Amino acid sequence: MGLLNLLKQDRGGQLFLGLLALAAVLVPLLNLLPPEGHALHLSTYTVTLLGKYLAFALLAIAVDLAWGYLGILSLGHGAFFALGGYAMGMYLMRQIGDRGVYGDPLLPDFMVFLNWDALPWFWYGFDMFWFAALMVMLAPGLLAFLFGWLAFRSRVTGVYLSIMTQALTYALMLAFFRNEMGFGGNNGLTDFKELLGFDLQADSTRIGLFVVTALMLALGYIVCRAIVQSRLGRVAVAIRDAEDRARFVGYRVEHVKLAIFTFSAVLAGIAGALYVPQVGIINPGEFSPLNSIEIVIWVAVGGRGTLYGAAAGALMVNYGKTYLTGALPEVWLFALGALFVLVTILLPRGLIGLMKTRSKKGGAAA
Amino acid sequence: MNSLDNLRTVMRRDRVFDFMLQTTGLEVDLSHGTILYLEDISVSFDGFRAINDLNLYIDAGELRCIIGPNGAGKTTMMDIITGKTRPDKGSAHFGQNINLLQLSEPEIAQAGIGRKFQKPTVFEYHTVFENLELSMAGERRIWPTLTAQLDGVQRQRIDEVLEIIALQAHRDRNAGALSHGQKQWLEIGMLLMQNPKLLLVDEPVAGMTHQEMERTAELLTALAGDHTVVVVEHDMDFIRSIARKVTVLHQGSVLAEGSMDEIQNDPRVVEVYLGE
Repeated sequence: MGLLNLLKQDRGGQLFLGLLALAAVLVPLLNLLPPEGHALHLSTYTVTLLGKYLAFALLAIAVDLAWGYLGILSLGHGAFFALGGYAMGMYLMRQIGDRGVYGDPLLPDFMVFLNWDALPWFWYGFDMFWFAALMVMLAPGLLAFLFGWLAFRSRVTGVYLSIMTQALTYALMLAFFRNEMGFGGNNGLTDFKELLGFDLQADSTRIGLFVVTALMLALGYIVCRAIVQSRLGRVAVAIRDAEDRARFVGYRVEHVKLAIFTFSAVLAGIAGALYVPQVGIINPGEFSPLNSIEIVIWVAVGGRGTLYGAAAGALMVNYGKTYLTGALPEVWLFALGALFVLVTILLPRGLIGLMKTRSKKGGAAA
Repeated sequence: MNSLDNLRTVMRRDRVFDFMLQTTGLEVDLSHGTILYLEDISVSFDGFRAINDLNLYIDAGELRCIIGPNGAGKTTMMDIITGKTRPDKGSAHFGQNINLLQLSEPEIAQAGIGRKFQKPTVFEYHTVFENLELSMAGERRIWPTLTAQLDGVQRQRIDEVLEIIALQAHRDRNAGALSHGQKQWLEIGMLLMQNPKLLLVDEPVAGMTHQEMERTAELLTALAGDHTVVVVEHDMDFIRSIARKVTVLHQGSVLAEGSMDEIQNDPRVVEVYLGE
């Protein structure tokens, strides 16, 4: 079978998918079965928090595909994540219908507040889930395609490309902050009621969202693994290591970069769409350059170029963030900075890299 | 040719406008026995004329050595042939029918020109086998590359090349772990996998031991005939061991051309290069 073949060599991936499957079964059970107050009970709040982490893990995998395997350090993947999130948010806004504060059957609250009398054209179609789902992939994909087409064709690489991706997400943040853009300005989109008819406040919906996120993460991992194990994946690594050689061997480096970068952006958009219904809000803050840098730190901590390492990094750093911002809020940013410096100096290949060297040494001794 | 044929030639749709001519995916036409034409090529960088009215013709199947002092324009010439640098003026054709100045680097590579860099450049994080696999002539588009699988014939071809470059024992090692000389060979092997008509080889024996050098000489001489080989090299002993025809570049143009003996006795060459 194709899938078994794919994972045969991939011990880390087997472990990762195994744990993910375990979590997808165990977390809902621990939420539903033990009574509240029991030591094993998981609150719905925790389930949603875990679901959010899993969406971040999918985002980290998307970044790792571009950075670890293709050598494109994107400091703007937060933009693709946020665009996917906005597409989902627009659908959720339209689902509110006349239950908003102003009770307008068509216009979302913020438009009524701004005295708009009609729905802007780009909000059409978002009352249908399939259309929104399409846009979740299309909006980030198109942006990445356009950006990549211009950047890769001009052979912008390395740190210059990173700075441009950073500028991209910053520009989008400024644009989305403006009320005239029609995406709720500063406040973004929020006050969501239901998704496909399921009440977003209900425990069952939250558990459902967690399971769906886990499934999408597993699917995203498997597709990315299939890509990196294909010849195209080997070409990507070849481009990362010796771009000129790849070109003189006859590969159209620009096309390979464009294809993988665009796919990575689509994946980030899907992660954003899974994130928004769980946290209940999307605002321009998601476009902030700091967010995109944080994603890169997750990947660096976990270990790039392994996919599961990126996911593990996202889970660990975000757990740390939740803990620290609760316990010592003012310390978090310093901790994040220190983490990045330490990982860069001491663990250039991340925690997974450390574990691999350990086990290799152990194997040699035995 | 009768008048009907003439009419047919005139009416051929692809011959009406230049822009309708097919530029990519052509099979190189060698009917006149010359594989490479470089004519009146000049290129300057920031006012420095790296190539100055260069004229060079290479016959199909030939093994040509190109020598010249540092800054003579040898590497720039290779850059022009492979599409990395565009000349300010002049023309470059591959066979009768392929205009190299219209093609990008990957297109030139697929048309059948392979290049070995001065510094050995291999994919260091891939195994020797994978390096050869990636270089194999064939499909380069995205989707077919995603689904590509090696078949038996292709595996056999890779094993053949591994034998030619004497790296069978290192098949599954990372290319980054090879010695300098082995990397040079691997790069030549990668060229062979591309199955090019024309091989451009920049300093193939730099950093090689004497035995390795001899093997490389054997390899390159064996390749000539089926392939056309152009070697840029500094090592005179090596040139002497393989050369049939030598071209001397000086200040961006051809100073002399001929057999090694003729070259060595040419007073102009002695003055600029060999006299030291």
